[in-house]
Amino acid sequence: MKTKHLLLTIWVLIVFALHQDVWNWHKTGPLLFGLIPPGLAYHLGYSVLATITMALLVRFGWPAHLEEDDVRDQAPTPHKP
Amino acid sequence: MIPAIVVFIYLAIVLYVGMFAFRKGTGSKEDFFLASRSLGPWVFLLTVFGTNMTAFAILGSSGLAYQRGIGVYGLMASSSGLIIPLTIFFIGTRLWSLGKKHGYMTQVQYFRDRWECDAIGTLIFAVTALMMIPYVVIGMMGGGHTLDSLSGGWVPYWLGGAIVAIVVMLYVFFGGMRGVAWVNALQTVLFLCFGAIAFYLISRNLGGYDKIMAEIAAHPKDSALLSRARISPQEFFSYTFIPLSAMMFPHMAIMCLTAEKVTSFKRTVVWYPICILLIWLPSVYLGIVAAHQFPGLKLGESDDVILRLLSENTDVVVAGILGAAIMACVMATDSQIMALSTMFSQDVFAHYGGAKRFGEKVQVWMGRAFVIVIAIVSYALALALEGQKSIFDLAIRFGFSGFAALAPVMLAALFWRRSNKWGALAAVLWVVFTMGLLWWLQLHSDGIAPKPGQAPVPIFTELGKLFLRTPMNVTIFGYMPVMFMCLGSAFWMILVSLVTQAPSRATIEKFFPSSKPGH
Repeated sequence: MKTKHLLLTIWVLIVFALHQDVWNWHKTGPLLFGLIPPGLAYHLGYSVLATITMALLVRFGWPAHLEEDDVRDQAPTPHKP
Repeated sequence: MIPAIVVFIYLAIVLYVGMFAFRKGTGSKEDFFLASRSLGPWVFLLTVFGTNMTAFAILGSSGLAYQRGIGVYGLMASSSGLIIPLTIFFIGTRLWSLGKKHGYMTQVQYFRDRWECDAIGTLIFAVTALMMIPYVVIGMMGGGHTLDSLSGGWVPYWLGGAIVAIVVMLYVFFGGMRGVAWVNALQTVLFLCFGAIAFYLISRNLGGYDKIMAEIAAHPKDSALLSRARISPQEFFSYTFIPLSAMMFPHMAIMCLTAEKVTSFKRTVVWYPICILLIWLPSVYLGIVAAHQFPGLKLGESDDVILRLLSENTDVVVAGILGAAIMACVMATDSQIMALSTMFSQDVFAHYGGAKRFGEKVQVWMGRAFVIVIAIVSYALALALEGQKSIFDLAIRFGFSGFAALAPVMLAALFWRRSNKWGALAAVLWVVFTMGLLWWLQLHSDGIAPKPGQAPVPIFTELGKLFLRTPMNVTIFGYMPVMFMCLGSAFWMILVSLVTQAPSRATIEKFFPSSKPGH
């Protein structure tokens, strides 16, 4: 496995683990901006982190070979005599 | 009555979009069933997201938040925001590539080739089609109830359901997948825009969310809704397996085949978590607000709290527009009907010789005929079994677990060369067996189900905490059964594949072209 892919795998596993925020379980305050309970605020941040993770995956782990396959499939078939 | 008129105008617009898609169609089977694999990045994002947005996501999530608090967002939304884009990234892109290369239009066509076996494809077809039907029926029921509620009873349930069934049937019948995709994209935009407006208007009418939240925090009973006190850590963890179901839903998998290029997936993968946030945050938040506004609703009664908040806090025209937005989610049933039609015409009619015998045009008309049959049958079921809605709700909850537990079959097919039909068969039988067992346990324990906020109860005292009953679910040692179903499915897939014969060299070279002998 390439180092880049290994780092991405570790990153995704860390993000997955961060979903289990047991430390927020019974917290009801303080409310963020007087509106959002801490457990909900954490998971809103988590959604943003998920977006960043997906952007990283797309940028550094994109299955480029599928694009190459597509281009190859669309290339005109050489004329056979 | 005015809100219902606004909804009718919306339904007319949806119908027009479907008809417009029909005029753009070429009449070929690729065009009818897959929109000629031509969806660009933005339409693809909105369509895939709209396809996965059901009435459950809006009405169900706010109803659940009403009962269990803000933890519902982490339980269902933020985990989906990570897992679903991951499945689109790893599975969706590969399915698209295989579809383009080999002409597949359904998952089952791929499974039949990959596992070198017709029967396993037929089994997976039967299991997934059966698990899909409750979703379509619930969509019809949701349409009937929403119109009934918005019109103040002027449009009764049976008529509301019929109107939704006819509108969906017409634009799917004529527009095919292109019609479904465009309507889904429109619905997603509508919901995102008007959901935000609803959120603002309800807040203004109630004097601001800060005031409501302060009141909830000060209330000894309601304050638990601001924490995760009503959700156990085991349930919270095991729920992260549910979003694995996304790519096993036939309508989602088929939708992945409609992208024009594989790069169309990039935008969907990146923006999916934000789309989920934009829909689920207001839904969950309004569920908490509703718990403060209308206390004392029981499980099931709380599913329409968003509609109640809308009708009591916005004027009639706005309520109508927002009702139309909710109808948009309820009508996600269109892509499910389209998927069932595609599966019947490809996996049954074409596979068993119909396409060769009658040709492509007949196959497309057969697909259209299936659309009518599915719409009529599901409407009839929605009408006949209105009082049994809880059974369909239960089937849907089990359906999520069942589809999630089939994910190891798909992952093995795509990424593990050694996996074979016997492993796949064992995994599918495991899923069928566990769903049957859970259904029985659920019905068996209904009489002892605790109320929300109460501790789980052992179903068999002699088995200790093995099977516990919570207010809504059966759990295994406190964990959601979906976790054991997924792990068991993966276990059987691996074990049985390893002790039986490997797939042929020709199949491995077909699906893993870079494979070298000895790998």
